[in-house]
Amino acid sequence: MKRFLSNPVLALAGLVLIVIAFMVLFGPLISQDPSKQNLMSRLQGPVWTEGGSWDHWLGTDRLGRDMGARLIVAMRMSIGVALIGTFIGAVAGTIIGFIAGHFEGLVDDVLMSIVDIQLSLPFILIALTLLAFFGNSLTLFIVLMGLYGWETYARLTRGLVMATKRQTYARAIVALGASPARLYLRHVLPNIASALIVQVTLTVPGIILLESSLSFLGMGIQTPLTSLGQILGDGREYLTTAWWISVFPGLIIFLMTLSISLIGDGLRDRLDPTLRARDA
Amino acid sequence: MSDALLTYDNLSVRLPERMDREYAIKDLSLSLNANEILCVVGESGSGKSLTALSTMGLLDRNALTPSGRIDFMGRNLLEIDEQERRALVGAKLSMIFQEPMASLNPFYRVGDQVAETFSVHTDLPKAEIREKVLALFDEVLLPNPERIYRSYPHELSGGQCQRVMIASALALDPAVLIADEPTTALDVTTQAQILKLMLALRENHNTGIMFITHDFGVVAEIADRVAVMQHGNLVEIGTAAEVLRNPQHPYTQRLLSAVPILEPRAARTDLGEQILKASGIRKTYNYKGARGSTVSLKAVDDVSITLRRGETLGLVGESGSGKSTLSQSIIRMVEPDAGEIVIDGIPLHTLRTRALRRARRHMQIIFQDPNTALDPRQKVGDAIAEGPIVHGVSKTEALKRAETLLESVGLDASASQRFPHQFSGGQRQRICIARALALEPALLIADESVSALDVSVQRQILDLLHEIQGRLNFGLLFVTHDLRVASRICDRIAVMQKGKLVEVGEPIDLFQSPREEYTRQLLSAVPGTAIGQLAMP
Repeated sequence: MKRFLSNPVLALAGLVLIVIAFMVLFGPLISQDPSKQNLMSRLQGPVWTEGGSWDHWLGTDRLGRDMGARLIVAMRMSIGVALIGTFIGAVAGTIIGFIAGHFEGLVDDVLMSIVDIQLSLPFILIALTLLAFFGNSLTLFIVLMGLYGWETYARLTRGLVMATKRQTYARAIVALGASPARLYLRHVLPNIASALIVQVTLTVPGIILLESSLSFLGMGIQTPLTSLGQILGDGREYLTTAWWISVFPGLIIFLMTLSISLIGDGLRDRLDPTLRARDA
Repeated sequence: MSDALLTYDNLSVRLPERMDREYAIKDLSLSLNANEILCVVGESGSGKSLTALSTMGLLDRNALTPSGRIDFMGRNLLEIDEQERRALVGAKLSMIFQEPMASLNPFYRVGDQVAETFSVHTDLPKAEIREKVLALFDEVLLPNPERIYRSYPHELSGGQCQRVMIASALALDPAVLIADEPTTALDVTTQAQILKLMLALRENHNTGIMFITHDFGVVAEIADRVAVMQHGNLVEIGTAAEVLRNPQHPYTQRLLSAVPILEPRAARTDLGEQILKASGIRKTYNYKGARGSTVSLKAVDDVSITLRRGETLGLVGESGSGKSTLSQSIIRMVEPDAGEIVIDGIPLHTLRTRALRRARRHMQIIFQDPNTALDPRQKVGDAIAEGPIVHGVSKTEALKRAETLLESVGLDASASQRFPHQFSGGQRQRICIARALALEPALLIADESVSALDVSVQRQILDLLHEIQGRLNFGLLFVTHDLRVASRICDRIAVMQKGKLVEVGEPIDLFQSPREEYTRQLLSAVPGTAIGQLAMP
């Protein structure tokens, strides 16, 4: 932890994430009603611009709703979708990876072919097709986000499981008479967890960006719900007259994904045993 | 001395902070003469390899900085710049390493790799270089130099690779050759040939050879002088006869007394009932060969063995003889192709998944490398308790038993709360033994379980196994490549060659009157057979 804080970039990234987490958790308690419209004060700028006021210090959107309150709700949605999506993808992918790594042979070939197929298609195309075909709903959207990234977990886990189960300590556990489930859950998983955790820090920003892109295109989160990408898309028509509608959510997406990626990099350096050995 | 080639003067290498000691090497002063083999002996962590690396300028400069002087051909090797170093190192001062396979680049033909030494240091035309390389291969007794020249490293055996490395080191007729455990990874018979080669080199080229080893048997074979290192200090130096016959320093005395020697003992007579009967075991590996053909390797070819309670059966042979495959096939850690196995009355060859897992408590195995045999994220106590827990003992009961076991293998009960990396190699092997014994198996297999350990630790572990066997009365199948170790603890010895069992007998018969030619070869290759008479009166 001390080493983490001694790196100013990482410390800053950590601070950004803490502030965001605080806003997501406690923001609704102090902010205004995000859906209260006031057409009298529509497209009002932030407090420091001409026509801005302390009533809406980040400005208002085209229906006169408070931008600050809207952003907090949008962040809750974006982050929630990203976390649930990552969780689904990570768990599913890891289980599939364990299955492929345990059975090897034909099972492995089939599963890894599916992985290759998904990897060879741009995911946004898969997502657009499925959304257009099935129609949009929050559940489908979250499931779709879960589909993103499972293949990287599957492939990563498969390789790690194959390598780990050939380690002497894994063979010793088998020699004790332990079942495969015991071997994998109690010994292999804890030993490969660090690699998977680093992978999570790569998937979360990926899903945030994906959700933003889809929502921006109008295929993602639908009104009355809102997300960062959706607000960003909303502001498209007002870019010249009311820049703040698009700029603030864009800035938040940027800071959030960058911070998570930086932390992920830091974690990778920390968890990589070859790098760790150097300062041991 | 006037004809000293290489002189160390107060060489010290400081370790980074927070290590267990301040210096890796402390004030080392010694010299190497022409036409001399100086053996540097010590256990792991004694600083012997670091001495070689600092001579070659191969230390990790960020972590370790040597001080003092290393004089070679009028230059202080610690102060010369990179350009000078490149001119000297490889040409006048060369080194061979422990792992010959790892020292060769797998992508290039070995002949071209040796030729590179010439093209870097000389302006000879290509054809002439080729001639010289072939001559070198001939000198290091490689069969069919032309074919070897065209081979890739993976097509050669370990011994052949090491000869290629030696050829490469000798290319420019160096004044000094540093050999860092060059035979440790090789079989005894190959080792014997390499040692002979070293003696011939000294004879024919006047080379000064610094030979780093942990094996006093090797020392007895080739050394002119011996330097003994402990914890970075030179504790004793003298002629081979002096040091081996009349060691002054207590550490040297301890090392020498721990050296395993061929001293076969008679089989014990008070043995219990038969607990292992394996017959007709076969295991064949199929590889994809060139152009889609399949190459079959009979790793174990129709082998039958038996073992009784309280008995120790040694399984010896060179690498690739199938001894490891056999031992693992017997407990079905490797699936044998055919054969019947009965352990403790259980017909193991008929069992399937769940029943096989349940049967595993009757048989346990201790692997070679204790450093990788324990889950790094599991506390030692939990590791030892795991077997009993798997087989239905309650957790509290199993943990309590684990602490008792730790004490019986010579560790403190409090060790159960620590992680494997907090222990030394020998301690970890004790933990592995405790883990295997927690299930109170009838059959214990030790697969090269002391090969990765220093001699003094090796001896402790052997004594421990012997003592616990007396108490728990299990049958021990002891797999080893080291006849000296086998002779110490085995009631019977089985010799394997190319997947077949060639000879089984009591050590005393086997060693005094081996019936098979192969057994005789193995015996004659054991290094330092004379050390017994040399070392102690």
